[in-house]
Amino acid sequence: MNLELLKKQAAEIRYKIIEMSRLGKAPHLGSSLSCTDLIVAAYAHFLRISAAEVKSPHRDRFFLSKGHAITTLYAVLAKQGFFSSELLKTFNQNGSSLPEHPTPHCVPGVEIATGSLGHGLSIGIGQALASKIQGIPYRVMVLMSDGECNEGSVWEAALFAPVHKLDNLIAIIDFNKWQATGRSEEIMKLSPLKEKWEAFGWQTYEINGNSFEEILEVFAKIPQTPGKPTAIIAHTVKGKGISFMEDDNHWHYRIPTDEELAKAKQELGLSS
Amino acid sequence: MRNAFADELLLLAAADPRIVLLSGDIGNRLFDRFKAQFPNRFFNCGVAEANMASMAAGMAMCGLRPVTYTITPFNTTRCLEQIRDDICYHNVPVLVVGTGAGLSYASLGCTHHSCEDISFLRSIPNMTVLCPGDTWELRSLLRCAFKANGPAYMRIGKTGEPVVHANLPPLEIGKGFTMRQGDGLCILSTGNMLPTAIEVANCLQLKQVSTEVISFHTVKPLDTQLLTNLSRKFSYWVTLEEHSLIGGLGSSIAEWMIDQHIRHVRLKRFGTPDLFPHPIGSQKYLRNQYGLEAEPIVNQLLQEISHANTSSHSR
Repeated sequence: MNLELLKKQAAEIRYKIIEMSRLGKAPHLGSSLSCTDLIVAAYAHFLRISAAEVKSPHRDRFFLSKGHAITTLYAVLAKQGFFSSELLKTFNQNGSSLPEHPTPHCVPGVEIATGSLGHGLSIGIGQALASKIQGIPYRVMVLMSDGECNEGSVWEAALFAPVHKLDNLIAIIDFNKWQATGRSEEIMKLSPLKEKWEAFGWQTYEINGNSFEEILEVFAKIPQTPGKPTAIIAHTVKGKGISFMEDDNHWHYRIPTDEELAKAKQELGLSS
Repeated sequence: MRNAFADELLLLAAADPRIVLLSGDIGNRLFDRFKAQFPNRFFNCGVAEANMASMAAGMAMCGLRPVTYTITPFNTTRCLEQIRDDICYHNVPVLVVGTGAGLSYASLGCTHHSCEDISFLRSIPNMTVLCPGDTWELRSLLRCAFKANGPAYMRIGKTGEPVVHANLPPLEIGKGFTMRQGDGLCILSTGNMLPTAIEVANCLQLKQVSTEVISFHTVKPLDTQLLTNLSRKFSYWVTLEEHSLIGGLGSSIAEWMIDQHIRHVRLKRFGTPDLFPHPIGSQKYLRNQYGLEAEPIVNQLLQEISHANTSSHSR
């Protein structure tokens, strides 16, 4: 695997995301940037899915349960050829097939409509169970936010999956330490998050979710324990990759200016 | 009704490998045969209805035909957002079955009553709302539900309800079923009020009021063709439902009448009032309190008919 290539790809995706936020006047930039490396790595090195197999019953599934970070998934799917990159320019415009939160089947590759938090993991369990019932082997990866873990339904799902030995299910928590209006730890008692998932019966890992080395290392281990679902607590930085956005929760809602877009491009090492 | 549901589902699941049953930790022994016959298609989802509803959506997206089953308010109000976003928004064929329609669990208190479910669920796009009137209607509608290809909600009773049909009626989703014909007034009944509707019609017949009875087992989609036909035949309609007067069958029909400018039909609605009852008691006790038994309904209708006749004579 070529880490430099992945890093370059992530930088390009980050720029696309910031540009989409600018053009589409849509918030949640910080949330999209924190999980960029995770989604880039998942599509490049884990998920068995391609544009040609988008409807195959055997495909791996990726659910972005934190639907507000959809720009990242749109940009990655476009990069992977699921649809034309030109479409990204229409993000959040009236009538666009790329809305601010994904609608059902809005573009090829978007599996589910999300936006309200705490739904993706349970839908993922349903599909992971369907794989076992129908005897079609595939994996289901669900990316959630730390704020999302406020939702009771997440913990209903966390209790259910281990009983049914869903080792084809992977939950990733993009633990960027912020939710919409404050430090996640000050709002709800999330920590110790790894121990919580472990106690619920999941094979749990804790990684730096902005390090490709660590992401790929953990992906290679799945499933380590047959019969156990996997939870990855990915420590990330909200707004990762742009100095003036990193760990600044204003970027949950702020829209970048043209100057900020240009500065971000420079910081990402992309020629203008 | 619960037993008929379990029996019929077992038969259907034997013929259709896509059927999966999800239960919210209820139905002790009810599904023993299902579990024994289809161990990999039965899931006790625990007391976690939100997760159950979303899981069902996930399964349906993969081509399975999941059924979620628990006490009505837990399977509807508790997880309404999951039904709306995951099942209806994605328009996938999950059958949500609530046991304990209306006041079936009256003595358990309002936490277990279900007099608003039709109202919530019929307002969600893509949703079909089914209210079988007895065990035969339940069996017939259950078969229809698996032939259809979208989300559906079915509210069923618990046990021991009177059986009205003599055998399996050929019901169709969205088509009201004429139980008996008449030419004086027309009763449109939904769900577990059907036996009461028949009783009311029998009593009115004795008083020379010829009464037609329609089982309006599907509240959504509303059978507007039937309503149009009925509006040509009757000028007095009565709706019966063990559901709030806000948002149920009576409301649906009133909405349709307004939109269609149906001015010549008098509509009398019987249902539950806009309150949490206190004190509570059995289903019979609360129906009595609400005037939802045959006798008070008959008396009220006779009074109104005689009043209407008197005032038309005096004109």
